[in-house]
Amino acid sequence: MDGHTHHHTSDRRELQMARSMCWHCQSEVSGEYFCDRCVKVQPVSKELDYFTCFGFPRRLSIDQQKLETKFYELSRAFHPDFYQNKSDAEQTISLGNSAMLNTAYRTLRDPIQRAEYLLDLEAGSVKDIRTTPPADLFEEILELQDTLDEFRASDRTSDAAAALRSQLQSERTALEGRQRDMETQLQQLFGRWDGLQDRGEATDQARAERDRILKDMRDILSNRTYVKNIVNDLVATIA
Amino acid sequence: MARIVGIDLGTTNSLVAYMDKGTPRVIAGRHERAMVPSVVALTDNGLIVGDPAKEHLTRNPERTVYSVKRFMGKGLADVQNELAYFPYTLTEKGGVIRIKLGEKTYSPPQISAMILKELKLRAEAFLGESITKAVITVPAYFNDSQRQATKDAGMIAGLEVLRIINEPTAASLAYGLQEKTQGTIAVYDLGGGTFDISILKLKNGIFEVLATNGDTHLGGDDFDQLIADIFVTDIRQQYGLDLKAFPDHMQGIRLEAERAKIRLSDELKTTVNLELPDGKGLFTRELTREQLESLCNALVERTLGPCRLALKDAGLTAADIDEVVLVGGSTRMPLVRQRVQALFGTQPHCELNPDEVVALGAAVQADILSGGTTDMLLLDVTPLSLGIETMGGVMSSLIRRNTTIPASAKEMFTTYVDGQTGVDIHILQGERELAKDNRSLARFRLKVPPLPAGVPRIEVTFLIDANGILNVMAKDMRTGETQSIEVKPSYGLSDQEVERMIEDSFKFAADDVSARKLIEARLDAGALIITTEKSLTDGGQLISADEVTAIRQVLSVLAAAKDGNDPRTIRARMADLEQAAKSLTVAMLDDSLKRGLQGKKVSEVT
Repeated sequence: MDGHTHHHTSDRRELQMARSMCWHCQSEVSGEYFCDRCVKVQPVSKELDYFTCFGFPRRLSIDQQKLETKFYELSRAFHPDFYQNKSDAEQTISLGNSAMLNTAYRTLRDPIQRAEYLLDLEAGSVKDIRTTPPADLFEEILELQDTLDEFRASDRTSDAAAALRSQLQSERTALEGRQRDMETQLQQLFGRWDGLQDRGEATDQARAERDRILKDMRDILSNRTYVKNIVNDLVATIA
Repeated sequence: MARIVGIDLGTTNSLVAYMDKGTPRVIAGRHERAMVPSVVALTDNGLIVGDPAKEHLTRNPERTVYSVKRFMGKGLADVQNELAYFPYTLTEKGGVIRIKLGEKTYSPPQISAMILKELKLRAEAFLGESITKAVITVPAYFNDSQRQATKDAGMIAGLEVLRIINEPTAASLAYGLQEKTQGTIAVYDLGGGTFDISILKLKNGIFEVLATNGDTHLGGDDFDQLIADIFVTDIRQQYGLDLKAFPDHMQGIRLEAERAKIRLSDELKTTVNLELPDGKGLFTRELTREQLESLCNALVERTLGPCRLALKDAGLTAADIDEVVLVGGSTRMPLVRQRVQALFGTQPHCELNPDEVVALGAAVQADILSGGTTDMLLLDVTPLSLGIETMGGVMSSLIRRNTTIPASAKEMFTTYVDGQTGVDIHILQGERELAKDNRSLARFRLKVPPLPAGVPRIEVTFLIDANGILNVMAKDMRTGETQSIEVKPSYGLSDQEVERMIEDSFKFAADDVSARKLIEARLDAGALIITTEKSLTDGGQLISADEVTAIRQVLSVLAAAKDGNDPRTIRARMADLEQAAKSLTVAMLDDSLKRGLQGKKVSEVT
């Protein structure tokens, strides 16, 4: 297929839809998703971020229980099942809102996706896709690639292949450990981010700290994705 | 709001259910049977459906269609290796299978529509109102084409399909309503032709599907076929007879295999008797449950893989499952129950009739849609990943499998050549890397204004609705204009074709109704003849010999009329017989009253 580019998330800011007025009765809509006057459902604005949609502050630690409760509550408010007897316009809004809600829940529920999403909101760019190994893993990964190639070329029933396989197994364990370390570091960064936000300081120092956290988070996230892909490839090869 | 019924459109049997003051109930037809065999036969008097059609499986195998669900949303190439098993003729037109019945060919949605119409008529007769809206169930693992084909079938049958819901989740609604269960449940659904596993989380009336998996080509039919195959082999060895040359006997064997399988769910061994062709006599064979189980073991084993995958996708292990629910007639097999229990480590539930529970759940969903039930909400998922073909024939995934529906994804498209006026988009469904290994859903051409390369920006939204069916919308980001997209389905009927089939169904409806009236009249006449004969035997001595002769004469006139082709004549002769036999009925009633009173005191009677 020709002429196809990836822009999953970049349009959020381009499309600003006013949501201050009810589409149906033109009266002012204060905050929630239903018009105070005519009780019609309102489309979730495309500029509304997922955190706000759930009524959560932009923090990286989330109470999963609260998130689920809110998801169920909003599902009851938006799901097309409850709009069967309503007008076409309301059915369309219900469908759009439900689809958006489901995406928001899926994103916020998973800590990695949540962090990637926040990074996108705060730093305004899509995630880095790493094509070369991170510096501290460079040697190790190159060696692993050689071992993988050797294994792929080997006669799987031979002793040599068995030796390579067990070598790859221990590589896998090491890389998975590495992945967990990165996740621990991310958790620490999450805490630092949330603390900084809670303090709400507007100093240069705070701004520098904010940029540092975001940069570190971006680096670790892209390294983690890289390692994860290597592990997936490894698992598929020795399976 | 008009009443909405729930329909289970099954591979072997179909049912219709409705909500009766908060309780879902299936609607029974004649003889109190709720199940309508999913069989359509072409007879000299037109097309017939259900129980009477089932009788034609052995009488008229080339003109009797069964298991049509297997062909929904499929092309001929998809079913190549099972063609030999079906006695009726399949062809293909425009990527859609067609079934030949006499001079005409029918698409699978048209055949399914005949079954749906039968259920619609049954519901209308029972509820005494016109039924035009329905919720229809499909296997959870049905892809977009198969769902669309089911929706088309509803339209052809004159039903507005308000929702397509998944069979295992429908079952969970029926159970949830009854038990008010909370926790994590697994629904194992092994039907006539399909297998589904769904893992759900139930909490405060929300039924959230975490993951689903399955096989749309695995079910009771396959067990029957294996059993039938050993009979065929035995008969070839013992009698040197190749039954494959006798389609009517092949159908007889298949049905006998099914009956033997059902008996072996309660018994440890059973005897099979089959009439052989060419006057070769009777084939008799014993079949034990052990033999059946070793025969079917591999097929049952095949259901466990999807169960493990669903658990993995849900991020759970078998130990996390609180309850297991069994759905579908095939879960009556002890072997299936053992395997399921061993896998999940918990005794499965089967309190609700596994044949009816899906239809009951569909009725619950219908009630939710009509605003009756408001405390329950089903959040289902899409079973397969949805994507588009990108450079190099690779599938780029847009909406992953097990994503909660409604779900949407947006993609931006532009051009590579100056003045390019279109971009071809190929939509796929499946889990494989390469486009060619996945299911092709549809193709369409995005219209682009002629501009320098890279300038156009067309945003395409792929939206999977609550039915699990894909909708595509496009918007030119420069002008803000939306464009309608003509999607050409890879394995489905075009809108025009569905329109035409709806018109056809009205045209043939008149023929169908008269065929139906004739069959019903014959059945009723047969029943009246039998009861009158019984009355003559039991109470003939209560009336005069002349009266008996008179009744017998009217009875033989009715018997002759019954073989004719006019339902009105049959009904008229039935009325004659009822009139003639009145004296007998009255005499018998008097007699029984008299005998009832004997030996009792007057005070007891008054």
